[in-house]
Amino acid sequence: MENKKYLQDLSEIKNMMNRSSRFISLSGLAGVFAGCYALIGAVIAKILLSENEAVLANDLNSNLVKNLFLVAIAVLIFAVVTAVLLTTRKARKNQQKIWDNTSRRLLINFFAPLLAGGIFILVLLQYELIGLIAPSMLLFYGLSLVHASKYTFGDLRSLGYANVILGLIATQFIGYGIYFWATGFGIFHIIYGIWMYNKYDRKNAE
Amino acid sequence: MKNIISNINKAFDHRIRLGIMSVLMVNEYADFKTLKELLGATDGNVASHTKALEKKNYIKVEKSFIDRKPNTRYLATDKGKKAFQEHLDALEKLLGSGINMDNNKN
Repeated sequence: MENKKYLQDLSEIKNMMNRSSRFISLSGLAGVFAGCYALIGAVIAKILLSENEAVLANDLNSNLVKNLFLVAIAVLIFAVVTAVLLTTRKARKNQQKIWDNTSRRLLINFFAPLLAGGIFILVLLQYELIGLIAPSMLLFYGLSLVHASKYTFGDLRSLGYANVILGLIATQFIGYGIYFWATGFGIFHIIYGIWMYNKYDRKNAE
Repeated sequence: MKNIISNINKAFDHRIRLGIMSVLMVNEYADFKTLKELLGATDGNVASHTKALEKKNYIKVEKSFIDRKPNTRYLATDKGKKAFQEHLDALEKLLGSGINMDNNKN
């Protein structure tokens, strides 16, 4: 009898600590979608690149760069819109507000390092260090995830470290950036998304 | 066994007070409205329980104005954090099970 009350106390404590400091409505399914978009994007980019076979890394024509850039932006927009939609749905189910202290903190801490990375990548483009773009994207994205993981599911940290390591490996294989990119943003997202969906969402859906 | 029970802190023997302390353990501070929403409690409820914890010096209150509106922030004191941790340890021992803060059952 007593024990039952204390057990309840403990679960209440855990629940309050999580709900007040972590945004727990991040959708796992959104990760799967983001991964699929990334893979589609990588295939399109690969086709664009092979159409311009003659073009070497140090002589990228601006049209190709522009098209690749558009593909990347499209992938980003699709991924973000899907994530927002699915997360809003999950938040409603959790009876959690989509816009509160926890989600605000998560977004700030995720986008601050990511934005720095984005600007850094534009600088790489400026100096035509094209080969370092894919590794840098993976690195900065991974670091952003590690940083953001404190404000949502801790599991996000593993995805972050995986991307950081992949990014570092990719620096040694310049020219194969797109394959590393597809692995990190595509395959890792899909694996992580399925893992998260199984761990948190499927139980709730039942 | 007796020792364990004596560590169970009566000040935390209520759902709302337990909730307030849990929130303040993992957040730098929380304002009145946030606490109210998180705990699903009424104004009066939150007010009386924060007052009780304040009286024991487990939390402290900071009043300020944000956009000319009064804003009340609550922070856990070192004494409060220590007391709550002891309470948690006692609960844990009593139940003989580990608490994993990262494990989220929701």
